[in-house]
Amino acid sequence: MTWVNAVVQGLLLGGQYALLACGLSLVFGVMRIVNLAHGALAVTAAYLTLWLSQRTSLPLVVCLVASVLVFAGVGYLLQRGLLNRALRGGELAPLLVTFGLAVIVVNLLQEIATANSRSISIGGLATSSTRIVDGLSIGVFSLLTLVVAVALIGLIQLFLSRTAVGRAMRATSDDPGAARLMGIDDRHMYGLATAIAVGSVAAAGAFLGMSTQFTPGYGDLVLIFAFEAVIIGGLGSLWGTLLGGLVLGVAQTVGAQVEPAYGILFGHVVFLAVLALKPSGLMPRTVTA
Amino acid sequence: MPLLELDGVDAAYGELRALWGLDLRVEEGETLAVVGANGAGKSTLLKTIAGVMHPTAGRVRFDGRDVADVADHRRVALGISLVPEGRRIFRSLTVQENLQVGAYSRRPGPWDLAAVFDAFPLLADRRNRIGAHLSGGEQQATAIGRALMANPRLLLLDEVSLGLAPVVVGDIYRALPTIAAKGTTVLVVEQDLGQALSVADRLQCLLEGRTVLEAPAVELTREQVAAAYFGLEEAP
Amino acid sequence: MSAAKEAPHAVVRRGGRSSVAGAAVMVAAVVVLAVWVPYNVSLGGLTQLVGLFSLIILATTWNLLAGYGGLVSIGQQAFIGAGGYGVIYLADAVGLPLVIALLLAAVVAGLLAFVTSFLVFRLVGGYFAIGTWVLAEGFKLLTTQVDALGGGSGLSLQAFSGTDRVTRIATVYWLGLALAVIVVVATYVLMRSPVGLGLTAIRDDVKAASSLGVHVRRWQRFVYVAASAGAGLAGALIAVNALRVSPDSIYSVNYSAFMIFIVVIGGLGTIEGPIIGAVVFFVLQQQLSSYGTWYLVALGALAVVVVLFAPTGVWGLLTRGRLEMFPLGHRVEVDRPAAAGGGRAGRRSATRA
Repeated sequence: MTWVNAVVQGLLLGGQYALLACGLSLVFGVMRIVNLAHGALAVTAAYLTLWLSQRTSLPLVVCLVASVLVFAGVGYLLQRGLLNRALRGGELAPLLVTFGLAVIVVNLLQEIATANSRSISIGGLATSSTRIVDGLSIGVFSLLTLVVAVALIGLIQLFLSRTAVGRAMRATSDDPGAARLMGIDDRHMYGLATAIAVGSVAAAGAFLGMSTQFTPGYGDLVLIFAFEAVIIGGLGSLWGTLLGGLVLGVAQTVGAQVEPAYGILFGHVVFLAVLALKPSGLMPRTVTA
Repeated sequence: MPLLELDGVDAAYGELRALWGLDLRVEEGETLAVVGANGAGKSTLLKTIAGVMHPTAGRVRFDGRDVADVADHRRVALGISLVPEGRRIFRSLTVQENLQVGAYSRRPGPWDLAAVFDAFPLLADRRNRIGAHLSGGEQQATAIGRALMANPRLLLLDEVSLGLAPVVVGDIYRALPTIAAKGTTVLVVEQDLGQALSVADRLQCLLEGRTVLEAPAVELTREQVAAAYFGLEEAP
Repeated sequence: MSAAKEAPHAVVRRGGRSSVAGAAVMVAAVVVLAVWVPYNVSLGGLTQLVGLFSLIILATTWNLLAGYGGLVSIGQQAFIGAGGYGVIYLADAVGLPLVIALLLAAVVAGLLAFVTSFLVFRLVGGYFAIGTWVLAEGFKLLTTQVDALGGGSGLSLQAFSGTDRVTRIATVYWLGLALAVIVVVATYVLMRSPVGLGLTAIRDDVKAASSLGVHVRRWQRFVYVAASAGAGLAGALIAVNALRVSPDSIYSVNYSAFMIFIVVIGGLGTIEGPIIGAVVFFVLQQQLSSYGTWYLVALGALAVVVVLFAPTGVWGLLTRGRLEMFPLGHRVEVDRPAAAGGGRAGRRSATRA
């Protein structure tokens, strides 16, 4: 039963990774940019949610939604202000700019919020769980995270396939020049894609901050886990990213079951194994634009 | 007032000049064919009208308005749609999605999915196939249908026949009268003289970025056009 | 060019008077660092300068990787760590002489890079970047699991026990200076060789290079191995200078931040850029050290601004491409006596972009 439990807990943990990763996956799918500031933004959102919940008397849900909206706006401005310009500078420029941003953000957090670890209090929700059978119970909050991850990915997929703006975003990803001939402003589309991505990573960061202790430097791990989920799942596929998150979560909890210190290492090993054996990932996108 | 009017337009790719003081007029409702050899400046002309390139001198007026400060993606809303060279359909989108993206600017008019499928029946069967899996002719039909979905007043067609089998080219050109009949003004750029003469009301021939011949299509013989096309004699 | 028609005495040459002067300045700087500085700077100052030398090695090799190989790695700390642990293990546990241990540690780092390249080279662009980082995290986690490497607390260097402090610091200082000079000169020689021409082609246009028959993947792998051996060398120098290594500091992603900022600010894809950038970085780090991590915020902001608005970096801004202390390109000069061209002139007519 301990192994079943490890797998179930891994799936729940995987929900968190999928939530963290879907923005990274979306931005890469639309713009072929890897946003190296992704993890730093997640942690910043956790700090903002924490700050709002401590400074205002608003319910936590409202604080979370507020920081998601703030970060969506930040994402749009970031894209229109810096990244669109970087996109014109070739392949290296977006990487260098987002890496620079990540370092700036982490060190600013370090200065402003100190390196002490924090967490966002969710009261009894943190410990409440449902017992399935002996030795196997499911935490309500981690189940909620998984549900939110699946719902968010489903919503983004629906947006991309069923709405005019979503179709325009996919068209821009295929050929920005041709999209402009259809009356689509590619820079605006990129802005919207990054707004969605950064908004989603803000939600992910807040959920992370409610489930675990975090520090300014925690964004490094976030970026790495999100990245592993994206690659394991297959580039350019959001459902693949969900699968990748689940696989990574299970690998880590099963690894930790073998030997507590091996959890994260097992995750890396699974990632490297996928890279060696099936480099296109488990659910690769069928059409490459 | 002509729908489109170019006055002394110069255009260049860096140091390389492609258009030299070009004048051009298109009246509402007519079909103008611009012909010329490779490098005559035909594609440059269309890109300049669509706003993808900016003239280094001269004026482009659409419906009496100077469009110099209108960005390419805003010209669609004015009613200018370009079917680009090489078709450039969205490869990961289905035929129907390609057409829907064409309607992004939401200009009202006679063209919708049903009208496009009517004009290009082969697309109706392929509506759920993605762009990457279409034949050249299907891609070209999709590209034209996609531009029509914006209900343009002026439709710019760049080298529709390029790289397609003659029978396919014939199919596509048969749809042009339907388009013109709905009141759309068409400016078609072609290397294929026969096709150009068959659909055009008027014909303008470019040689090295300058106009060498311009006349109503019925007054022209293939030989006259061919001579101007290759620069064999002075234009009449 | 029409100029060639009018002036038949066109000559292809490398560098010119300015680069002779530039080279003279560099040689003078090295001489001052070698014979004057050690006797006039405090021991603490010398230890800090060894830090500068390792930064120059790191930046030069990262520039080789990104600026010429087109490979942005943010995981070179994997090989810094391998070099750092390698030198202490080889010197203390195996008992090799320090210099041999140092060089061998670099070779080990290069070998590790060769083996792991078969994994990370499956990723391109930004995903290659994070892939290298995962590799570094993997190295760190593995290191903490090995008892012979001190687990989570790391290793201390014993080889210097019995040596007095002055001799030790002077030895490390000269060693560091020599290594930095060797790495820079070796990179320069490499870039002037046919290998360099192929790499420059890759930097300018990967697709065109591969269609011209440049074996892009092979050269990139070579560059990755060479740059990682250089990172290993720098890591070994850092460990010998600090007398100890610990997993959290030697495998820190901050090293990647340093390398990237230095190269970007100095000038990507030039030999001079990383040296200038390392000096700028070093000075800023010393000046702003009392303000906590603000120097990293300032450097990050500076790097972002440079990438977006001055992609040729400080060196490019200063010289506008006119001056090369390390001339790599070939320049066509018109109406000059042909004799001044030098032996290599005219053999190739490529002009560096």
